[in-house]
Amino acid sequence: MMEQSVAIDVCKVGKMYDGVAAIQDLSFQVRTGEVFALLGPNGAGKSTTLRILITLLRPTSGQATVLGYDVVRDADRVRRLIGYVPQERAIDRFLTGREHLLLLGDLYHLSKEESLRRIAELLKLVDLEGKADQPAKTYSGGMKRKLDIACGLLPNPKILFLDEPTLGLDVQSRLRIWDYVRQLRTKGITVVMTTNYLDEADQLCDRLAIIDEGHIKALGPPTELKTGLGGDIVSVTVGSAALARVEPLASALKGLPFIRAVSTKPTGLDIRVESPEKALPAILEAANRLSCPVEFIEYHRPRLDDVFVAHTGHAIREEFPAAEEEA
Amino acid sequence: MNEYRQEIAALTMRWVRRLSREKFSMLFTLIQPMLFWLIFFGNLFQRAADVQVVQAPNYISFLTAGVVVMTVLNNGLAGGVDLLFDKENGFLERLMSTPIHRTSVILSRFLFVTTVTSLQVLVILGVAFLFGVTPATGFFGVAVILLIGMLFGVGLTAISMAMAFSVKSHGDFFSVLGFLSLPMIFLSSALVPLSAMPKFMAMLAVLNPMTWAIDAIRPLILTGWADALRPLAIVVLIMLAFDALCLYGSAKAFRRAIG
Ligand SMILES: Nc1ncnc2c1ncn2[C@@H]1O[C@H](COP(=O)(O)OP(=O)(O)OP(=O)(O)O)[C@@H](O)[C@H]1O
Ligand SMILES: [Mg+2]
Repeated sequence: MMEQSVAIDVCKVGKMYDGVAAIQDLSFQVRTGEVFALLGPNGAGKSTTLRILITLLRPTSGQATVLGYDVVRDADRVRRLIGYVPQERAIDRFLTGREHLLLLGDLYHLSKEESLRRIAELLKLVDLEGKADQPAKTYSGGMKRKLDIACGLLPNPKILFLDEPTLGLDVQSRLRIWDYVRQLRTKGITVVMTTNYLDEADQLCDRLAIIDEGHIKALGPPTELKTGLGGDIVSVTVGSAALARVEPLASALKGLPFIRAVSTKPTGLDIRVESPEKALPAILEAANRLSCPVEFIEYHRPRLDDVFVAHTGHAIREEFPAAEEEA
Repeated sequence: MNEYRQEIAALTMRWVRRLSREKFSMLFTLIQPMLFWLIFFGNLFQRAADVQVVQAPNYISFLTAGVVVMTVLNNGLAGGVDLLFDKENGFLERLMSTPIHRTSVILSRFLFVTTVTSLQVLVILGVAFLFGVTPATGFFGVAVILLIGMLFGVGLTAISMAMAFSVKSHGDFFSVLGFLSLPMIFLSSALVPLSAMPKFMAMLAVLNPMTWAIDAIRPLILTGWADALRPLAIVVLIMLAFDALCLYGSAKAFRRAIG
């Protein structure tokens, strides 16, 4: 079956920077034709993992193969099969968009005709035809990103690596880029991307790996990860005056039979419950008893952020950094 | 082999394009050495310099060899700057993620720096010619001058690129550059012949490869082949050793950055 063939095989890969481990013992596989995401907070080791796969970094331990080729021993073979869109806008301000693509055409050893044909196609795809002959210093952030993506696609890669493709883009440009990724998928290109946006991983990828502090914490399709949590999430917001009483409330709830897990967040608690009908009254009762006034309570099916919290013990980013001291 | 040529041609073209887009900086790098050093310095010291000491008909004709080698020095030492920027903004990473030969980027840089430097040297010799300095050894002599410039430039560019790959911040890079360049010029025979230097300066200047390049080029301009052959033979040996040393010293930084 096509679906099952392995495009990338990562086996116990680790990378140390000056004696400090950036990633440790990472193992996962990417299947041919899927969109695979590495989801994690800043500094989790996403870019490091990607750089190893595109042969720019040597792993300090373990090994990885891309389409059957070892990323260290057969690095040159690997480079011929992949495209890469780096996290930083790797753009030469003085070159025009078209000149970037022409340069890369030569670096991928395309013939002149082939290069020109593909460049025309790609400029159309990313909607940069109008700006193609202007120096890149006149481009907006979104246009630079589009040029980046065109550069990554120029070699007509079997696998495209995207490092944080939508970081810092406005909503429209993000949706646009999600569209490209979906188009690539229909063309059978395998896409490996990193992101720290939960919705992006949720909407876009077939499977994802949650990576935190250099370790993989969970791996699977987003839907499976969510149902795998079981139950629903009851989210309790307490008044800022009562934040000190959140901890006692949490410990009181932890013992109850239909409550699976309790995690604190800056504004209150997230409680994973078997059935909200039974749990809600008990939670409210406990809050009352501990005189911890509930400002707001709601419950929902598990979302990817709940999956993230369940596996890493913290939110991917603090939505309310100001509340951190109190938490 | 074809692929290799295609890569290097494209990468070198990129440096050329960048230079042509940076009109202001191009003007400065091209004009500064000849305007400042040759014309101002040459004429300024015309009265102060003793023709007996410099052993030349006038100070400009003495200075020409020095300005030629100074240009090689400055271009070589600055040869890594563009790679420094490429490293910092991730462009180098993009280049290295393509299936190019690992040496192509460095080679394209050598090619570009050497070509630009040679053109500049020709312009300097042209300006000197307008001030009445005619190379005594003619066109062939000019070709030999270019060759010495290239030999010296390779080592310098290698050091500069290795530094670009190794420094933590580009402030470091430019401090080292500023720190190296002036003493190299003053502790050489560029402005004053060794015989006219204080003893300890002359001793240091002898250790400066720049001195040897200048002392080989000077007779090519001032007197003729008879005086030039001996220093030429010496300078070729010294430059080969210098280049070997620089390349050997840089190899580790190159391998780490692009291996
Ligand atoms: N060149 C380097 N030298 C030393 N440490 C590094 C280097 N690059 C990354 N690190 C460290 O390795 C860890 C992982 O970094 P990495 O760039 O892979 O994170 P990331 O998941 O991509 O984060 P972000 O979302 O911010 O891009 C971090 O702790 C970082 O400080
Ligand atoms: Mg990153």
